[in-house]
Amino acid sequence: MADLSYVRTEMLAERAPPATSVGFVGWARANLFSGPFNSILTIISLLFIFMVLKGLLPWVFSPTWSATSLAECREILHEMGREGHFSGACWGVIRERWVQLFFGFYPTEHYWRPIVVFILLFVALAPVLFAERVPKKLIWFSAVYPFLMIWMLWGGAIWSPLAAMAGFVIAYYVYKAVSVAASEVLGLIASVAAAIIWWLFLMGPVVSGLSSILPIGLEAVNSRNFGGFLLSITIGVIAIGFSLPIGIVLALGRQSDLPLVKYICVGFIEFIRGVPLITLLFVASTLLNIFLPPGTNFDIILRVIIMATLFSAAYMAETIRGGLAALPKGQYEGADSLGLNYWQSQRLIIMPQALKISIPGIVGNFIGLFKDTVLVSIIGLLDPLGLSTAIRADAAWNGIVWELYGFIALIFFIFCFGMSRYSMYLERKLKTSH
Amino acid sequence: MTTLTDPPRESFRLSMLIYDTRYRSITFQIIALIAFLTLIGWIINNTAQNLADLGKEPSFRFLSEPAGYDINQRLIDYTSQSTHLRAAFVGLLNTLLVAVMGCALATVLGVFIGVLRLSKNWVVSRIMTVYVEMFRNVPVLLWIVLIMAIMIETLPAPRAFKGDSPDATMKLFDTIALTNRGAYAPEPLFTRSLGDLHLFGQSSLNFNISLDLLVLLVVFFGGLFVSRKIKTRADKIQESTGERPTTWYLRLGVVVVPIIIVLIALGFHLGYPELKGFNFKGGTYMRNSLIALWLALSLYTAAFIAEIVRAGILAISHGQTEAAGALGLRPGRIMNLVVLPQALRIIIPPLISQYLNLTKNSSLAIAVGYMDITGTLGGITLNQTGRELETLLLLMLIYLCISLSISMVMNWYNKRVALVER
Repeated sequence: MADLSYVRTEMLAERAPPATSVGFVGWARANLFSGPFNSILTIISLLFIFMVLKGLLPWVFSPTWSATSLAECREILHEMGREGHFSGACWGVIRERWVQLFFGFYPTEHYWRPIVVFILLFVALAPVLFAERVPKKLIWFSAVYPFLMIWMLWGGAIWSPLAAMAGFVIAYYVYKAVSVAASEVLGLIASVAAAIIWWLFLMGPVVSGLSSILPIGLEAVNSRNFGGFLLSITIGVIAIGFSLPIGIVLALGRQSDLPLVKYICVGFIEFIRGVPLITLLFVASTLLNIFLPPGTNFDIILRVIIMATLFSAAYMAETIRGGLAALPKGQYEGADSLGLNYWQSQRLIIMPQALKISIPGIVGNFIGLFKDTVLVSIIGLLDPLGLSTAIRADAAWNGIVWELYGFIALIFFIFCFGMSRYSMYLERKLKTSH
Repeated sequence: MTTLTDPPRESFRLSMLIYDTRYRSITFQIIALIAFLTLIGWIINNTAQNLADLGKEPSFRFLSEPAGYDINQRLIDYTSQSTHLRAAFVGLLNTLLVAVMGCALATVLGVFIGVLRLSKNWVVSRIMTVYVEMFRNVPVLLWIVLIMAIMIETLPAPRAFKGDSPDATMKLFDTIALTNRGAYAPEPLFTRSLGDLHLFGQSSLNFNISLDLLVLLVVFFGGLFVSRKIKTRADKIQESTGERPTTWYLRLGVVVVPIIIVLIALGFHLGYPELKGFNFKGGTYMRNSLIALWLALSLYTAAFIAEIVRAGILAISHGQTEAAGALGLRPGRIMNLVVLPQALRIIIPPLISQYLNLTKNSSLAIAVGYMDITGTLGGITLNQTGRELETLLLLMLIYLCISLSISMVMNWYNKRVALVER
């Protein structure tokens, strides 16, 4: 048989792909110029970016860092031959006021306190943020942190926060004692009663007694001096911290089989979610004192924090309810089949999983609340926006718009964008399904 | 021999209230009710005590007293001699005005941006991502105040339009004047107007509705109805014969032609704003505060809506598109007939809750001096009468009503489109 071979016996050498389909050219062809319509779109977009940058960059890079008034800025720009509204930014206002925008009127010699509190915030958050990389015991520090934060920021005797914490310890031991002697239900009721009696009647005398014996504490700082981002972060962190337990209780109440408890919780949640935050802040500024016993008068920041806590508790409850609803029913049934009672199954099986699922939602709530803290400027508090109004009213800086708002917006953006990216990362990490 | 068929009869003991699960829930609920009522009673008691000390008996009589302040942006007649109730009503209409305008603009922008964010064009999708992140991560109040400040600082004063060689000119063929006090646009006028419809007679809540507008609306919806009928008929013909009659010109005609006829019959023309003295007269006037609020709320909410639209479209599995393609549908029809109907089911509920957020955020109008319900009832009325409790209760009640009606719409929609599962 003749040796007729039409089949290739050796492979062709691999060839490089055409230059138009690899590297930048290939990428641009696939993503930017894949058709006439796409090409036009790309060109229009690039032109748009060019126009924006052309307007923005010279404005941003203007040598006005050392100016002390808007008039001086204009003079500097005039000498450079730049005229008109958008010829250049006046950064002198930021150099002069950035400390104020961050700390408000907090006493300069005590700046270390908010800074330490802010750093400790990350230590307290570590058990949540990097659960697997830090010792479990650190969660106790997270529990103590809200009290520590309040004490360090406002100062005063150390005994008040310690006594407030002691209320929880007392409640725990009463619960232990009564639930061993009688029943868990009675223990729960007794512990709540003991804590309330401690906070309302016994705490005051004990604190004043201890402070007169051992006056340990930091110099007190008046609430009036709080301002800028210090105020925003304080309100945001305290309100979220305290709204978490309230939110858990409300979410459990909303899922409860007891109709009365359920309706009270639903009513509260829907009421808070149905009205704008600003009306609640009006309540804080004008009505809250009327609701409390005659003669009660505490400062406006505390009142705002109370209303912000209630506000975020309602949203928190809905977030946690979402987490509870996302748990497979088998988890509840499994807990029941182990013979755990309601509280045991919530504590050991349900809540750890439900809270883990809702962490991204909780972060989202925090971003929302942190952004909403600027509303306090409407009721006259000096948060960054309130301060900016004051600065713009200053004769030296009258007429400043972009620089100031741009700076505040940038700081908010850095905080919120960072948190939202983190929550997205967390969402991916926590995803256990396929 | 005795048999133990009946369980031993238990008599009710007090401890069963705690240990027996049958009774325990009742015990708990009674405890909760007592605690709740005690709290409410305590608050009411304190309030009564405090108000008595201040000498302010709770009463809503202030609502019928003259308000004594002006509202410069309004949809209905109002003078400073009108009552507080009337002022609140003007404010409510202003809230609804900015909410409706904001929802409309936010939806258009949001859908546009959301779709472009999914674009295969890298530059376009990046620009839209920057937009979304920029607006989502900065407080809306900051945007409102910033846009207001920009309008005041950069737009020309009405004075600048004066003279033979003015510093500023009107935009869009001399029809729209953008000034730092607001925008003046042409207004629709009718030479043979049908007049107004007066509602609610002499009460504080009376208002007029232009009959011309009503007639136009009736004609428009009548046209839509007829157009729908034509479509149903075309569908029927297609089903029986397999050929679809061309109907687009008929369907367009029955909507457009009657409206044009009515407009001509009523003598429609535009009234242009004119500079008289130091300010513009005539035309529709939108205050700078309304524009700032409207733009800021729309731009802010559009960022959220864009994300919702994007998520909704991404949620439709790729298999749906491929299956539709396998059936021979063209890309446009795949979008219209397969992807969008399913995506809308996912998009609409969060979209409505964004509308609700926008409406609640419109209460920030008070920061720029737009007189919405918060600005009138919760702002000046509260300060003038000193009736914090009554005004704030009323204000919250109104917002609750708005929120609850929006959630009712949402629940109704959810029920309508819910998947019927096996």
